[in-house]
Amino acid sequence: MDRRTFLFGAGALSVALAARDAAAQTRLQHILILVELKGGNDGLNTLVPYADPLYRQFRPGIGVARERVVQLNERVGLHEKLEPLMESWKGRDLAILQGVGYPYPNRSHFRSIEIWDTASASSQTLSEGWISQAFEGVPRPAGAGVDGIVVDTNSLPMVGPALRTVVMQDAENFLRQAQAMKDSAKPDGGNPALRHILEVRHEVNAAAAGLRDRLRDSIAPAFAYAEEGGFGRQLDLATRLITARVPVVAIKVALGGFDTHANQLPTQERLLGLLAGGLATLRKNLIAAGRWNDVVVMTYSEFGRRARQNASAGTDHGTSSPQFVMGGQVKGGLHGAYPPLADLQDGDLKHTVDFRSVFAGVARGCWGIQRDFGQRQPQKLDFIAA
Amino acid sequence: MAYRLGRRGLLNGAASLSALAMLPRAARAAAMNFDEARHLLSRTAFGATPAEIEIFESMDYAAAVDRLLATFHPQAVTPAPSWVNEGLAELQRKQKLAVEGLAAEKQGVGDKKLQIIRPIPEQGRELRNWWIEEMLVTDQPLVERMVLFWHNHFTSALQKVRFPPALYWQNMMFRRHALGNFAALLKDVVRDPAMLIYLDGVRSQARQPNENLGREMLELFTLGEGHYTEADIKAAARAFTGLSIDRQSGKFEFHPQQHDAGAKTFLGRSGPYGADDILAIILGHPRTAETIVEKLWREFVSLTPDPAETKRLAAVLRDGGYEMKPVLRALFLSPAFRDPANHGALIKSPIDLVIGTVRVLGLPVVEKTQLARMMQGLGQAPFDPPNVKGWPGGESWISTYTLLLRQQDLRRIVEATTVSPMDGPMMASGVEKANRRADRRQQMPDSAMQSMAAYPVEGRSLRNAGGEARLGPTLAGLDGPAIVRTLLPRAPIEPLDVKASPGAVVAAALLDPAYQLK
Repeated sequence: MDRRTFLFGAGALSVALAARDAAAQTRLQHILILVELKGGNDGLNTLVPYADPLYRQFRPGIGVARERVVQLNERVGLHEKLEPLMESWKGRDLAILQGVGYPYPNRSHFRSIEIWDTASASSQTLSEGWISQAFEGVPRPAGAGVDGIVVDTNSLPMVGPALRTVVMQDAENFLRQAQAMKDSAKPDGGNPALRHILEVRHEVNAAAAGLRDRLRDSIAPAFAYAEEGGFGRQLDLATRLITARVPVVAIKVALGGFDTHANQLPTQERLLGLLAGGLATLRKNLIAAGRWNDVVVMTYSEFGRRARQNASAGTDHGTSSPQFVMGGQVKGGLHGAYPPLADLQDGDLKHTVDFRSVFAGVARGCWGIQRDFGQRQPQKLDFIAA
Repeated sequence: MAYRLGRRGLLNGAASLSALAMLPRAARAAAMNFDEARHLLSRTAFGATPAEIEIFESMDYAAAVDRLLATFHPQAVTPAPSWVNEGLAELQRKQKLAVEGLAAEKQGVGDKKLQIIRPIPEQGRELRNWWIEEMLVTDQPLVERMVLFWHNHFTSALQKVRFPPALYWQNMMFRRHALGNFAALLKDVVRDPAMLIYLDGVRSQARQPNENLGREMLELFTLGEGHYTEADIKAAARAFTGLSIDRQSGKFEFHPQQHDAGAKTFLGRSGPYGADDILAIILGHPRTAETIVEKLWREFVSLTPDPAETKRLAAVLRDGGYEMKPVLRALFLSPAFRDPANHGALIKSPIDLVIGTVRVLGLPVVEKTQLARMMQGLGQAPFDPPNVKGWPGGESWISTYTLLLRQQDLRRIVEATTVSPMDGPMMASGVEKANRRADRRQQMPDSAMQSMAAYPVEGRSLRNAGGEARLGPTLAGLDGPAIVRTLLPRAPIEPLDVKASPGAVVAAALLDPAYQLK
């Protein structure tokens, strides 16, 4: 079943080519909602290989009980806290990419998230975000003031010369301060260095003023988000931006706390519940607003966690893990292959899908952009319909 | 008695402090205030910690400047990389073998188990890390700033030179002359192997002199455009022929057979000039000193040199036989430098931002390549200026892209570091270490925590750690207002709640636009 998904259907290929050759106006313009799971989400307890005896052997204390798994097939299932996602699964617009990682994995939070965010090889150091890289040389429609909006605090995927990115937290501070500055006589106190910085800052955040107006006039989402943890607030903002038709290419949000070295079960369960509840509500809102076909949601994390539990009822930094991709035009189902527990590498799951192939698939399916992100032989993943 | 700044030196600071406390009353009466001390340090070093500011606060301003200029040793504190005496021919041979080996590997031939490393980029990385380490631990940061200044003035770049030992030797050469004599420096520059490779001096022969070195010497290094003619460039180029390197060792070698010993006319004077003669004529021209002073001004004082002050300081440089100390002294004592309105009137370079933040926050650095990458992303990779003009600096450091990237880098530092007491340095997040660390934290009593060296822990936000955030050894114990005064050269631009927890205050200060200034 899985091998078929690696073959690029001829139909899909020609559509993608046609999209690339078309003028900028008719280029595919989905909005990517990037959901960062900060800390390294444990994939084994997210998409559970419940029938594998090794799973019980490796996790006698923290393994998810069979009856708490929502079975997707005879081998894997979702942690029951992800049950809210089943509506999307049944609607065939939830794709689960299995075993996503990269060669020579790095287990430092700092370094690994950087590798993901810049689509670099493990030994490379790049400073430009992968979404900015994708848009290099792609003309952005004039009049759109902002290309990317970051609602959390890690903007790296969108940092680069090719995108105009606003970090909302900075923007809010800027707008408050811009208001205060209007009332003062000499905001830079005659300091040319400061004046330059404030001018550049103004340029970066000028778009924020327009955004604020659109947000102020926006309608509240049809279905309210749970308040807990701030994730709901981020999704609320993302929903408003999308329903207000702000012409961005990507919006980023994040949910933190996944670094479960000790006493993993209650923490991860709570977070998975927040994630699933939030994404399910997001889906309902975007369907209600008629925008679900224009959106692709993708989760990612800096790494998964080790196959065996540790001595503190938790897990330590690992390697590959699954990614969730949702959207009106997403081809639902399991993609890739689950890394076998019988064939670990130094106690860690091997990866069966290189994340840069996933990003290539997103660039193609979301924006009609052809990018290999440095891979000589990218895997052809077909999880977004043209 | 030389005081010792820098992280290693902090441990000796206590001894120095008590000695300084016994200064005669007159000296203490003329002592600086906090802001003056902070300003002097932040311009002449890489950031200023509270302990360093306190030492300076007790000193008379002129005495402090003299003390800064007197601190000098020509050796670096950090041990040199192992390969610095490797010859050029040998390195090129190794590089060729590695490249061939890698190509063979791609074909599927050869022993896959051997990891083939190309020596030139590898040495380049080690060289950058060596200099970054030196900047972090130096006890003479002004000397380090001057080495960087000369590197940016007499530019050479690894990317073209492709011989890291030569860039190391050049760095040591700048170090020797850092607070020394500009005329002597100029003479060593035209004999510097990295420079001769970078500006094609090695290819220049009497039959067909290469004009690169001659042109840049006049246009960028000394007089500046408008003060010489194309004929002068040609004359200088002829005079510089023969300056070359030995192909085996890569060291300087004069090749008399390549030298054009004929008569030349240069800046109105005539004679069978060689390189040193040309330099002597250049040094006699008033513009040379002005060029250097203008650059020093933009480096240390403000974005726009004052014309009258430039002339005054240029005279100091010339009349002092091109000794650097008198002109630097005059610069640091000048009204423009000391003017409180000038505090925060310079934009931090990427090196200022990265090194300064690490030093002032007292962060341990596990991977220097991380810092190198931040500097590179922001536009300043040590040993690789973009072109022969060097890094233009000033306002050019801040564009919409680099401003966003600066905030991103600072935010990552804020988000990824909070300080928790540990009894050892943090390893790069090791799987096995993580758990033991967590266990230890739970077992230690508060008093024991206080006395141990504190190091940042990945993954917990400085902002959110609240009362649990213990700041590093440099900022520990300071209250909100003191933290802000230490970190920022002027009042914050955005509203900043100084009553929040120390961690949150540090985070807010770092992300304020004023933090980009010095």
